[in-house]
Amino acid sequence: MFYQLESLTQSDLFSEFGDERLEKLNQNNKKPFNLKNFLKQYLFFIITLVLLGILFIFKFDAGLKATDVIVYSFKEILLVLPPIFILIGLLDVWVPKETMIKHMGEESGVKGVILSFLLGIFAAGPLYAAFPIVAVFMKKHVKFSNIIIFIGAWSTTKIPMLLFEISALGFKFALLRLALNILVIIIIAYVMGILIKKDEVIAMYKKAEDF
Amino acid sequence: MGNYIFNGVIYLIAIIFLIISFVKSRQKTKKALIKALNSFKNILPLLLGVILLIGLMLSILDTRLISRIIGKESGSLGVLLASVVGSITLIPGFIAFPTAALLLEGGAGYIQIAAFVQTLMMVGIVTLPMEIKYFNKKVAILRNVISFVLSIGVAYSIGFILGIWR
Repeated sequence: MFYQLESLTQSDLFSEFGDERLEKLNQNNKKPFNLKNFLKQYLFFIITLVLLGILFIFKFDAGLKATDVIVYSFKEILLVLPPIFILIGLLDVWVPKETMIKHMGEESGVKGVILSFLLGIFAAGPLYAAFPIVAVFMKKHVKFSNIIIFIGAWSTTKIPMLLFEISALGFKFALLRLALNILVIIIIAYVMGILIKKDEVIAMYKKAEDF
Repeated sequence: MGNYIFNGVIYLIAIIFLIISFVKSRQKTKKALIKALNSFKNILPLLLGVILLIGLMLSILDTRLISRIIGKESGSLGVLLASVVGSITLIPGFIAFPTAALLLEGGAGYIQIAAFVQTLMMVGIVTLPMEIKYFNKKVAILRNVISFVLSIGVAYSIGFILGIWR
């Protein structure tokens, strides 16, 4: 009964304002009070926390070293993530779906491929920073194989990393790897495009609406 | 160094767009920031876990162990092990590349180093939970498996071409 009432008011609000945000905000407001949900969300973190504790007990030095890396990674994230998330938010609000579809969507062809590459190449930050961007790309119906190209380019052909690689391993090594990877990234996107069925892609894109 | 400049550029771009957005519409800018915060909240639980996992991995798989695995004349097994190590670790570039350079000086072959660097960047076992969340299990696993196989191909190609191109 209560549930019915709640869903009724929610859908009333939804239709009145015609704003998907409202529904999402309602969902978010409910979340913090649900302990089970909270535990489920943070289960992975809790497990790793326990593992870190165990490491400290048995090998204190290793525990310290792990903590060092963790602190470093946190700093990196705090440095890298804020502008990325701001850009994600702005893209979500300002760029219409139609524009993204035109440039990177199903019919975007070679232009879409090149754009996906460039966005990945000029990125900064570790691979996991790319995933929230993937979510907004899905919302805007960017072609699936273009998303895979973007992920591939982000993971291995980023310019800042390339500069590092040249200075550490030499010009030939870095350039050769870059050239091979452009090929590899396209192959991966092509193969994934064949192996992942259309209905799976649709399901993923639908899921992304909740992010 | 390059990293910092790039980060600066991204900050600059974000700030410029934010200002333009604010001038054009306060309402929309607010909405954008709420969305930014929400997508951060969404990734936070997994991100915390992944970061801890990276720390745990690196405390066990340190440079010394890695150099022992893919050191001198480790051969094809060395290439495979280098790929496995590269896949399960997630080392920031500014540590990874100098390490790779040291390994190279220490006598590791180009093929092993290439396999290590390549899988380090393309294959992410620790970030798999995140990849599954944003894509799905099949996509995440397929992408990583295909990347792993092709990475070994890339490593051998680099070794082969550098052997001639000298």
